[in-house]
Amino acid sequence: MKIIVCGCGKIGSTICEDLVSEGHDVVALDNIPSVVSSITNTLDVMGVCGNGADCETLGDAGVSEAELFIAVTGSDELNMLSCFLAKKMGALHTIARIRNPEYNDKSLDFMKRELELSMSINPELLAAKELYDILNIPSAVKVESFARRAFEMIELRIKENSPLNGLVLKELREKHKTKVLICVVQRNDDVYIPDGNFTLQEGDKIGLTASPAEMNKFLRSIGLMQKKARDVMILGGSRTAYYLAKMLEASGSGVKIIEKNPEIAQSLSDSLNDTVIIQGDGSEQELLLEEGIANTDAFVTLTGNDEQNILISIYAASRDVPKVISKVNRNELASMAEKLGLDSIISPKKIISNIIVQYARALENSRECQVETLYKLMDGQVEALEFHVREDSRLTEIPLRELKLNDNILIAGIIRGRRTIVPGGNDEILPGDRLVIIVENQRVRDLADILK
Amino acid sequence: MNRKMIFYVVGQIIKLEALLMVLPMACALIYGEYRTLLAFGITVAGALLVGCLITLSTRKCDRTIYAREGFIICAFAWIAMSAIGAVPFVISGDIPSYTDAFFETVSGFTTTGASILASPEPLSHGALFWRSFTHWIGGMGVLVLMMAVIPTNNDRSIHIMRAEMPGPIVDKIVPRVRNTATILYLIYVVMTFVLTLFLLAGGMDLFAALTHAFGTAGTGGFGIMGDSIGSYSPYIQWVLTIGMLVFGVNFNLYYLILIKKFKQAIRSEELWVYIAIVVISVTVIAGNIASMYPTVSETVRYAAFQVASIITTTGYSTTDFNLWPGFSKTLLLMLMFIGGCAGSTAGGLKVSRVVILGKTIRRELKVMIHPRSVPSVKLDGKRIDDTTKNGVCSYLALYIIVFAVILFFLSLEPFDLETNISAVAACFNNIGPGLSGVGPMANYSAYSAASKYLLSAAMLLGRLELYPLILSFSPSTWIKK
Repeated sequence: MKIIVCGCGKIGSTICEDLVSEGHDVVALDNIPSVVSSITNTLDVMGVCGNGADCETLGDAGVSEAELFIAVTGSDELNMLSCFLAKKMGALHTIARIRNPEYNDKSLDFMKRELELSMSINPELLAAKELYDILNIPSAVKVESFARRAFEMIELRIKENSPLNGLVLKELREKHKTKVLICVVQRNDDVYIPDGNFTLQEGDKIGLTASPAEMNKFLRSIGLMQKKARDVMILGGSRTAYYLAKMLEASGSGVKIIEKNPEIAQSLSDSLNDTVIIQGDGSEQELLLEEGIANTDAFVTLTGNDEQNILISIYAASRDVPKVISKVNRNELASMAEKLGLDSIISPKKIISNIIVQYARALENSRECQVETLYKLMDGQVEALEFHVREDSRLTEIPLRELKLNDNILIAGIIRGRRTIVPGGNDEILPGDRLVIIVENQRVRDLADILK
Repeated sequence: MNRKMIFYVVGQIIKLEALLMVLPMACALIYGEYRTLLAFGITVAGALLVGCLITLSTRKCDRTIYAREGFIICAFAWIAMSAIGAVPFVISGDIPSYTDAFFETVSGFTTTGASILASPEPLSHGALFWRSFTHWIGGMGVLVLMMAVIPTNNDRSIHIMRAEMPGPIVDKIVPRVRNTATILYLIYVVMTFVLTLFLLAGGMDLFAALTHAFGTAGTGGFGIMGDSIGSYSPYIQWVLTIGMLVFGVNFNLYYLILIKKFKQAIRSEELWVYIAIVVISVTVIAGNIASMYPTVSETVRYAAFQVASIITTTGYSTTDFNLWPGFSKTLLLMLMFIGGCAGSTAGGLKVSRVVILGKTIRRELKVMIHPRSVPSVKLDGKRIDDTTKNGVCSYLALYIIVFAVILFFLSLEPFDLETNISAVAACFNNIGPGLSGVGPMANYSAYSAASKYLLSAAMLLGRLELYPLILSFSPSTWIKK
């Protein structure tokens, strides 16, 4: 599939990288020659240098044959304009990054309709949602939800004193009387889809799937249930901080934002009601102590500087803040931060890239059984996918143990109406179900791909 | 430095070359030349063994490469190919000396067409076919061929392609390196096929048509007759004239025509300058040599053929241009340096570099007259960035230095200056025949073994555009700091 990515900054280049590894033909467009040459040197993409809202440049990039046009430059207006032009020039689908909160309220639907955008993405809002989900289950490293929150997957790190440490998986159900499935384990740099004889160890990162209610029950039974964070301190007054504060305010939590720049602090203060805005340098320990970092439930670092986020997070963790989340955009820094003991790390560009990959995979699929949700887990080695099941004689109404699945594929959950099933060998898939599957190191575009 | 990856790719190339040698084997089989068949058989088996050993031992390596590795892969691949490609000539007894066989093979792969043979006629058909086929492989590039046929999942293959494709700016025509390589080769194959048909229509037999089509497509210049193209009919000579000129054009333009972007293709400045140079040179030379031939049509035919042959760096000849007046010979010598268009199979400096150089000089003059003016250098209506511009200038400087160094060492040979200068120019620019002692009716056999290796190096330097070889043999590339 031919895809044009306009704007090759942090987000654009991540999207290019993921789309190339998905096997798409990618044209990268940017107006800075050095950016274009560096991306063509590292990725198998064609580079075009020019303004994304210039018809001639778009023509050079071959927009008329493009199936998908993605505009992720720093400017919302440029993104909208270039998507509009691309659509008029023959691109089949267009995606624009629109992140200004003013465009993201009521006018968004109108604009999307009039500009014929297939999708608009707002990285900051999506990052804020992810942060909000984690703050609701603070013991999790990461939370992903499927089928409109009817089913969720959380990632946990196993601590030394955890009851899961040393547990053999087949004892899990007997011991804890729960319908939770441990579907993926990351140990050091290797990823396993475990069977019943797998023994968990300290330091493993595990992925659990269940319905939210079951998940709560399970977390309580292993003593990991924490109350959701009621008092959150955010460092850095970015747009993500704004959206997150807004959500936390609505749920009744107390929020404190520390921002260095007086103007940004003032405008945050204008647009948020109950949040306390502190104007000051968050890298000063004195200020953090004064604002009560020792007593806060959760600490979130959202400054634009990865290194600063990591360092201050480490400091917060050393002050025994129960939950510390850091925003780290650069891959190599993220893995280093994990080695330093920071578990919860979010990367807005990865969130966006996952959504784009999911969209592209759904477009690619001619049949109706499309990927509805896609998450990349454990550093991208594993994917969790949600499908809506249609009539398929090879798949439906057959007990699961008789299905011949490909290697490294696990059916993690079946969602039937409002009921969720953690499947066993006797369960069957019925048409109309939603299916969550876990896949290691392969691409699944269609449900039929999972069969041998 | 990712040494394993370098050896892995070189191993792949050796295997690919072994596969390509099956064609001359088939040819030898058809003509019943069992000694040649055996020679190729032994080489194929040996090359496959060596190639497999190398690729197996380096199979599990990190595939990340940078521009540096691209250059080195390119240089090593070409040297390995030439070394192995020379073996069948020696075993079959067609060219008993390995030095001569190596010279001949390098000359083939680099599409030079310089020969140490007084006449190719005594060679077996299999050897003749391989000699011409090396032109065809080397024309578009063997690494490009590898990318087209062997599926490699590497984001960074562009570095290898850049190192092998000639011209100041190498870009992909479609997003994937592999598809770009495939499209270029498809265009190449189809054009070669069409040329073969035209030659067959002119009454050539299939063997002659194929070998000449290979020689023309790669802009190489190995023939199968002692007097090159001289004894063929005027029709064949015209077909080859046009054929050579067509293969001297940037292949990206053919792709643009293929996807019906005629306007963009027509916009190419390089193409127009190329055409202008050809037309002017033909007119001037035809005027200069008019008194030597009885009819105007014959004069124009000789002039056009020789201009096309020299500017596209092919090196076929229809007449002994060594007997032409000094003015025409000088003009031909200058055309040798200009060469064909970037992204074609031709050698030389490339027309686009000449255009950029000319414009840069004009810009510098303008700045001298109006010190505050800010003129920009444009090609095809687009501004050329400073890196490319500086790259072209330093390329020219390096080109002159390398030329001078090679000439200096070659002048140890007891030949006159015209012979030596034209020999270096003809090898360095991948043309083949030079003037005087190495003219179209003479050959390079008089040079000593050392000089033959020196000229082989000159051919490789010219074909790969200097940097790959120079980088591979400069100590700072290898010494870990």
